[in-house]
Amino acid sequence: MKFAHDRRRLPMSLRGIAALFIAACVMASAAIAADPNAFNRLMPNQSKRNPPPAEDGIHDPVNDGTLMLQPPKEAFGVLPKSASGNYVDWVKALNSGKIAPRYDRLDPKVEPIVMDLDIVREVKGSMPDVVYPHKQHTEWLDCSNCHPAIFIPQKGANQISMAAILLGEKCGVCHGKVAFPVSQCIRCHSRPKTAPKAAEGGVQPAANAQSKSPKGVNAGK
Amino acid sequence: MKKKMKLHRLVDRTDLKLLVWMTFALVSGAFVTVDVTRAEYGDVVINNYSDDVGMRPVIFPHWFHRVRFRCKVCHADLGFQLKAGGNDINMVKIIEGQYCGACHNGEIAWSVEHCNLCHSATPGTPTQVHESTLQKLVAPSDARKASGK
Ligand code: HEC
Ligand code: HEC
Ligand code: HEC
Ligand code: HEC
Ligand code: HEC
Ligand code: HEC
Repeated sequence: MKFAHDRRRLPMSLRGIAALFIAACVMASAAIAADPNAFNRLMPNQSKRNPPPAEDGIHDPVNDGTLMLQPPKEAFGVLPKSASGNYVDWVKALNSGKIAPRYDRLDPKVEPIVMDLDIVREVKGSMPDVVYPHKQHTEWLDCSNCHPAIFIPQKGANQISMAAILLGEKCGVCHGKVAFPVSQCIRCHSRPKTAPKAAEGGVQPAANAQSKSPKGVNAGK
Repeated sequence: MKKKMKLHRLVDRTDLKLLVWMTFALVSGAFVTVDVTRAEYGDVVINNYSDDVGMRPVIFPHWFHRVRFRCKVCHADLGFQLKAGGNDINMVKIIEGQYCGACHNGEIAWSVEHCNLCHSATPGTPTQVHESTLQKLVAPSDARKASGK
């Protein structure tokens, strides 16, 4: 009788083995994650793009609200791609009409005040010169987002360097946080050094500088 | 059928628990490799007060909102400073129609009673912008910490 009862349980030794197995699995999985000779040791998981909220490491997966949120991939599927950041080219997405973000909180018909004025910043060294385009920025932003807190509105009045940008200053206030990341060098460094130089001073009012005369500011003068 | 009976007799509840743990241990291997820092680019965690009052911190998704609004609407018209955690937002202001409350009012977007859609971060997540340059520059040490080294 007693014997039969005992048989209903795994022998103690087997239980021990099971416990060891659990420990081994947990340790092995930890070891896999920390394999010292793995590829992409410093910047792991490059391939895991736009994860859904419940798997992104900051949303709480046990929060019921988390599961109601939209997975980024669902929205991005129809948008033009880029190499990093959201992996979306927001400039193309806007220009192609794939998205129509409001310029006014309430009225979807309000058109942005766009200013078409390129500022060329000559770059020391081998990198192509930087073209700062007001057009793409004023599609999204107001003059007051940059002037005067981030940039004095005067060509050459601001000292800008890559170091500052990487620290989140100047262009880095947005690029590397919300606008396309710093890794996309050529989108800023877009004017080859061989191209004909801009007039002294380097300001290049773009060909079709349609001055909608933005409120209060003497643009492009 | 016979085998099932035998197994059933062999395995009592404690053993079942062990089995469950074994499966969990195996499956956990698949999850450990999920990187803690793969949040969507531009997601802002706001946690000036939330943790202290026992609410989950707030996550603001830039990508979702910029599909619908230009930066200017929030950062010029509504006065959001360009700084994570830099706006001293609280629920009184939101209910009065400031900050998130300018839209999350039941008209432009769903209203404040859906707490868990905004308060959705894992407790303890600090105020920060995700996948920012600075965060990535310090990521190597974080990644090692995350993988238990
Ligand atoms: C300019 C208007 C506006 C402001 C300001 C705003 N939101 Fe939203 N938000 C929206 C709209 C519109 C939606 C989409 C609602 C829908 O389609 O159901 C939304 C949706 C969301 C979502 C859900 C996204 C999803 O996956 O469905 C979250 C989370 C959110 N907002 C958080 C916030 C937080 C936090 C703030 C303040 C820090 C905020 N919002 C400020 C307009 C706004
Ligand atoms: C995203 C940031 C940003 C926004 C938004 C922005 N600007 Fe600028 N602006 C700059 C930068 C950068 C410069 C170049 C400064 C330098 O070279 O030191 C500049 C330069 C200028 C200049 C000087 C040009 C010259 O020839 O000296 C004027 C005028 C100007 N901006 C007006 C405006 C107006 C008007 C708006 C809104 C319609 C606007 N800006 C929006 C970043 C911005
Ligand atoms: C206030 C925020 C902000 C600042 C500051 C800023 N940008 Fe931008 N920039 C944007 C946004 C938003 C876009 C739209 C594209 C995107 O979001 O990825 C953009 C787009 C651009 C583009 C257009 C790329 C294309 O494909 O046409 C260039 C080039 C650019 N920025 C360069 C700069 C440079 C150079 C500076 C500094 C002198 C700068 N930006 C400062 C927000 C900013
Ligand atoms: C958001 C726009 C932007 C992006 C993206 C960008 N740069 Fe720059 N870069 C600038 C600006 C603006 C300057 C300053 C030009 C000047 O002197 O006025 C600069 C300057 C430089 C310089 C000259 C040294 C210095 O610090 O002034 C080098 C080299 C350089 N960048 C390399 C790179 C490389 C490599 C990448 C890609 C990893 C990159 N940049 C991405 C805007 C950008
Ligand atoms: C539209 C987004 C949104 C919704 C919905 C929302 N909150 Fe908040 N809440 C915020 C933001 C943003 C903060 C500031 C977070 C911080 O700094 O920690 C905040 C802060 C708080 C705080 C701490 C500050 C304070 O006011 O005391 C509490 C408590 C809070 N929320 C409770 C709630 C509750 C309860 C609900 C549902 C009835 C709710 N929230 C719904 C966005 C939201
Ligand atoms: C629906 C409102 C909304 C829109 C639209 C929006 N933002 Fe934001 N933004 C926020 C909120 C909320 C924060 C966080 C503020 C806080 O934590 O107090 C923020 C923070 C930021 C920050 C600060 C990040 C840091 O490093 O601290 C930057 C930069 C920024 N936004 C840029 C942009 C740009 C560029 C766009 C347009 C492409 C944009 N935002 C569109 C609401 C918005």
